[in-house]
Amino acid sequence: MGVEITKILKKSQAALLERWMKNQLADMGLREDLMSNEDLRAESEELINALVKSLNEKNLSEPGSSDFDHVIEILGGISISRARQGFSPRETGLSIISLKEALIELLQESVTDPKELVDISLKLHRLMDSFVITTFETFIKGREEVILRQTDEISEISTPVIRVWEGILALPIIGTLDSARTQVVMESLLTEIVESGSSVAILDISGVPTVDSLVAQHLLKTVSATRLMGAECIISGIRPEIAQTIVHLGIDLSEIVTKATLASALLYAFKTLRLEVRKPAVKTSF
Amino acid sequence: MKRILKMIATIISLNKDPMPVAREQDVVPFRNRVKEYAVKIKMGLVNQTKLITAASELVRNMLRYGGGGEVLIEVVSRGRDSGIRLTFKDDGPGIPDISLALKDGYSTGKSLGLGLPGTKRLVNEFDIKSEVGKGTKVTIIKWANG
Ligand SMILES: Nc1ncnc2c1ncn2[C@@H]1O[C@H](COP(=O)(O)OP(=O)(O)OP(=O)(O)O)[C@@H](O)[C@H]1O
Ligand SMILES: [Mg+2]
Repeated sequence: MGVEITKILKKSQAALLERWMKNQLADMGLREDLMSNEDLRAESEELINALVKSLNEKNLSEPGSSDFDHVIEILGGISISRARQGFSPRETGLSIISLKEALIELLQESVTDPKELVDISLKLHRLMDSFVITTFETFIKGREEVILRQTDEISEISTPVIRVWEGILALPIIGTLDSARTQVVMESLLTEIVESGSSVAILDISGVPTVDSLVAQHLLKTVSATRLMGAECIISGIRPEIAQTIVHLGIDLSEIVTKATLASALLYAFKTLRLEVRKPAVKTSF
Repeated sequence: MKRILKMIATIISLNKDPMPVAREQDVVPFRNRVKEYAVKIKMGLVNQTKLITAASELVRNMLRYGGGGEVLIEVVSRGRDSGIRLTFKDDGPGIPDISLALKDGYSTGKSLGLGLPGTKRLVNEFDIKSEVGKGTKVTIIKWANG
């Protein structure tokens, strides 16, 4: 077996880069809106350098070899940055596939024995395919990170504490009340109670789709924490179907003041604070 | 006559939809899927809420104590009634004493201990099988007009 892939690659490294660049530009019609030609060239060159440096006859058929750690690291960097820049998975995958094509084309020109060409191409295909898969996996991971960050942001923006009146806070909860969310709710509520010196807090759960025993437990915890701060906590927005379900489930909310609507909770809060809402007496003019 | 009665009593599964549940993040999509089926068979709002809450309890148990598993969502019919059958299966540690686990307030997880007994009250049919060291299987049915 006389084909030395290491030699071929080293000799034609520059040609390989040119060919790959050409393929990439043809494939994506150069997304100049997302990435400049220079950046693409720099990225491509880095990857080719690392690949040529690590590839040899032996590890050619071992995609899992640790020789490729650096290559995989660069690939990961490329796909994460492309995911963030807004490239589609197809564009990102195609760009690595077109490197494979450039490599095969190069071999076709350098290897004359057909049997050897087939043999080496097969190995190269398998290796590069494994790199393509790595690219996809990292691309998805990049997207997942974006989603996780957004989840955190959503849970923060969706738990505002509103000062509805002097001494009265309202906290509309929208969405699922899981453990992480309860933590956010509780912290912002307790902080606001201290800062505003409020003595009544209304937790409105109209926007919570399901109240199971876990959610109930979280609510109960929040209520007792509020009480420890010296404030009273009212739960409002309990829809009729939720009320029936809670009863069957066996959750005991009898220790807590609950109201059907935010309006009735507010009225209750006014009474607690000895406030009265009245229509002004109609003045009769002569 | 007896045979006809028996036929009416037979539960037929019209649609099977398995869904793996491995993480906390799978709970909300699972509940939404159950809701979709409940709406499809025109289950009323109160029964829907009861079913989804029961499903939520069981799926949380499966995650917390069973280490995750799979839920089979089925649309079933019995005579003129249609309903939703959910089967929760995990390969976790199992429950040593089922009748104890079904008591209100019993919890090994410092929780309210209402999940299993509450679920039983919320649904029309409830069946639990568990083997220590093997896993747990809970099956519930809620009829659309039940
Ligand atoms: N899938 C399961 N695998 C193993 N053990 C389970 C499983 N489901 C329930 N258990 C056991 O049964 C007990 C009772 O469950 P149940 O859902 O009634 O209460 P809980 O989960 O502890 O509290 P809650 O549901 O009120 O938050 C649990 O504490 C646990 O020990
Ligand atoms: Mg439980």
